[in-house]
Amino acid sequence: MKTSSVRLLATLAFGLALAASPAVAQKKYDPGATDTEIKIGNINPYSGPASAYGTIGKTIGAYFKKVNAEGGINGRKINYITYDDGYSPPKAVEQARKLVESDEVLLIFQSLGTPSNTAIHRYMNQKKVPQLFVATGATVWGDPKNFPWTMGWQPNYQSEGRVLAKYVLDKKPNGKIGILYQNDDYSKDYMKGFKDGLAGKVQIVAELPYEVTDPTIDSQIVNLKASGADIFFNVTTPKFAAQAIRKAAEIGWKPMHLLNSVSASVGSVLKPAGFEASQGILTTSYIKDQTDPQWKNDPAMKEWIAFMDKYYPDGDKTSSFTVYGYTVAQTLVQVLKQAGDDLTRANVMKQAANLKNFEPGLLLPGIRINTSPTDFFPIKQMQMAQFKGESFELFGPIISGEISSGM
Amino acid sequence: MTTRIEPLSVPIMALVGAVVVVLLPYWKQILLAIAVAIAIVLAFTLKNFILFQLTLALIYALAILGLNLLTGYNGQFSLGHSAFLAVGAYTAAIMMEHGGIDYYWTLPAAGVVCFVFGFLFGLPALRLEGIYLALATFALAIAMPQILKSTPLEYWTGGVQGIVLLKPEAPFGLKLSSDQWLWIFTVAVALVMYVCAYQLIKSRTGRAMIAIRDNSIAAKSMGINLSLYKALTFGVSAFYTGVAGALGAIVIAFVAPDSFTLVLAIGLFVGMVVGGAASIVGTLVGGLFLLFVPNIAETFSKGLSGAFYGIILILTIYAMPSGAAGLVRLTLLRLMTRLAAR
Repeated sequence: MKTSSVRLLATLAFGLALAASPAVAQKKYDPGATDTEIKIGNINPYSGPASAYGTIGKTIGAYFKKVNAEGGINGRKINYITYDDGYSPPKAVEQARKLVESDEVLLIFQSLGTPSNTAIHRYMNQKKVPQLFVATGATVWGDPKNFPWTMGWQPNYQSEGRVLAKYVLDKKPNGKIGILYQNDDYSKDYMKGFKDGLAGKVQIVAELPYEVTDPTIDSQIVNLKASGADIFFNVTTPKFAAQAIRKAAEIGWKPMHLLNSVSASVGSVLKPAGFEASQGILTTSYIKDQTDPQWKNDPAMKEWIAFMDKYYPDGDKTSSFTVYGYTVAQTLVQVLKQAGDDLTRANVMKQAANLKNFEPGLLLPGIRINTSPTDFFPIKQMQMAQFKGESFELFGPIISGEISSGM
Repeated sequence: MTTRIEPLSVPIMALVGAVVVVLLPYWKQILLAIAVAIAIVLAFTLKNFILFQLTLALIYALAILGLNLLTGYNGQFSLGHSAFLAVGAYTAAIMMEHGGIDYYWTLPAAGVVCFVFGFLFGLPALRLEGIYLALATFALAIAMPQILKSTPLEYWTGGVQGIVLLKPEAPFGLKLSSDQWLWIFTVAVALVMYVCAYQLIKSRTGRAMIAIRDNSIAAKSMGINLSLYKALTFGVSAFYTGVAGALGAIVIAFVAPDSFTLVLAIGLFVGMVVGGAASIVGTLVGGLFLLFVPNIAETFSKGLSGAFYGIILILTIYAMPSGAAGLVRLTLLRLMTRLAAR
């Protein structure tokens, strides 16, 4: 009698457990996620030489405050933990380990800078913790085969090179190209995309490098003009871009001028170079420029201004970093919404690789975020823009600079 | 790196350790044994991440010890020790990446490369005194990241991207995490180097170094070869910092030019002053300061972390004008005089 009642109890308990288990199975958590909270880690340079970028980390924090105030994601509040690495790779390793091992975050989001992300790349993949939407344009972040836990966000430099190459093929297939580039990995990424896009169909007559330590690039510009180039691909950082524009105007060289988006800044490049000398310069763009009057009545831009006023009132409304941080944070929120109650690290990556035609309001109209298990490049589209008067004017269709993942 | 340890390396390391320990007086041996015991207890009680932080702090302490031998004991200023840290780190990284050499052999190599580099840099720098030498070494710190990025060296240094390394696992099938093993490894290396530094300072050579600092004319008239000693001190200082750099490369498993900026150069100097110039044990405090105070400052404010770091630094120097070592010395002195007065 006794044994049978025990058996009955056991059977009952087993049955109950079985009945309960489907309900439990719906909610799955890895460290950093609970019924009430999602812990998200971030590393930004709040101090040191690159501290201007710190604005991005602060904007993201402000956006999550807004999300939380509006009820969170599927009822869970975001707990945003952001640390300073001062743009130093060893500090980035320390902070990443602190986030993963001590704070036990679900994922690290928007860690900033190529060196810092390279430093933690292998660690994050070893630990199988998502290193999501990193803040750098290098092409190495879209390699799902070897690094399935890492994903970039912004258009990478190779994609941009391809878009510019397409434009050249369309408009001036018989032109001669002269290239000025900074001698480091960033411009080599650009040039690879550009040359792949040209596929040898347009002649490159000169490729001149400069070192970031060089005082000027005047002689390179003179040589480029002498080479007979009538298309100028300007792969330079802001200071040198301004010099190049000015010098080309001075010596009366008027090629089709393609400027990389790194330096497509009105305030820090075109204004110092002189608006007169800058007329007609071509570049690519993927995000709305809040200083451009054409977006004044754009609903997404108005929403952004309301957000800035309420949640980040001391933020700089003219800095492109605030628009960038806002938009990339929206992308993460979309991923977490899609993940639903299955907040495991594996599912976060699965959802990040399953974004379909997602359109954050501040991307240019028509630009959509798309990813797949073999495509870890969220933004691949861009639009050409030409400098007219005192601002860039968008023109032409949205162009895709798609490159295959996992090269 | 493989987990294999060559049979030869173990007895060599043990021998070096034994010789170093035997040379010490009894009470120092006991202190040493206590330090080892604490390190081992920590290895099994702390989280891996905290061990990793302590390992980094100890590595910084070792680098600061190198700087202290030069500045604290020999009176030569350097604001460029991040450069030696870089040379040490890259020597280790290049040996491991391109030579496939086991990580522990890179330490002596990094030390020797830095010794030669430091000695050669020390020779012309001898003509510079005080602030001018500080400026010359400062230039070295500015130049180093750019040199590492430069095209001719790119094949070896990996350019801007740096070199990613594999983290070594514990050898002999020991059931230790790689953080635990690297902590013990770093403690062992640091112990040998600290004891050597102690012996060096207590020796004739050490007294000569101090004499040069206190009064170089008097030292010269006593027959000390100023230029030789100064250049040698520069070399030894670079040796220490270089070994620290190599350890750092192994523990962080990544080197890049941006790891060795001016901020680090100044940080080492700050660590030395906070720990106490001309103090060997004080450098440990300096290492802890260098690693943890920026983290503490950050908890006050993200935007003003630099300012808070400054405030903490000012308060520290105000409370301990001669560094942590100076504070301890002063407290002991007061206690003794009070006891003697009774």
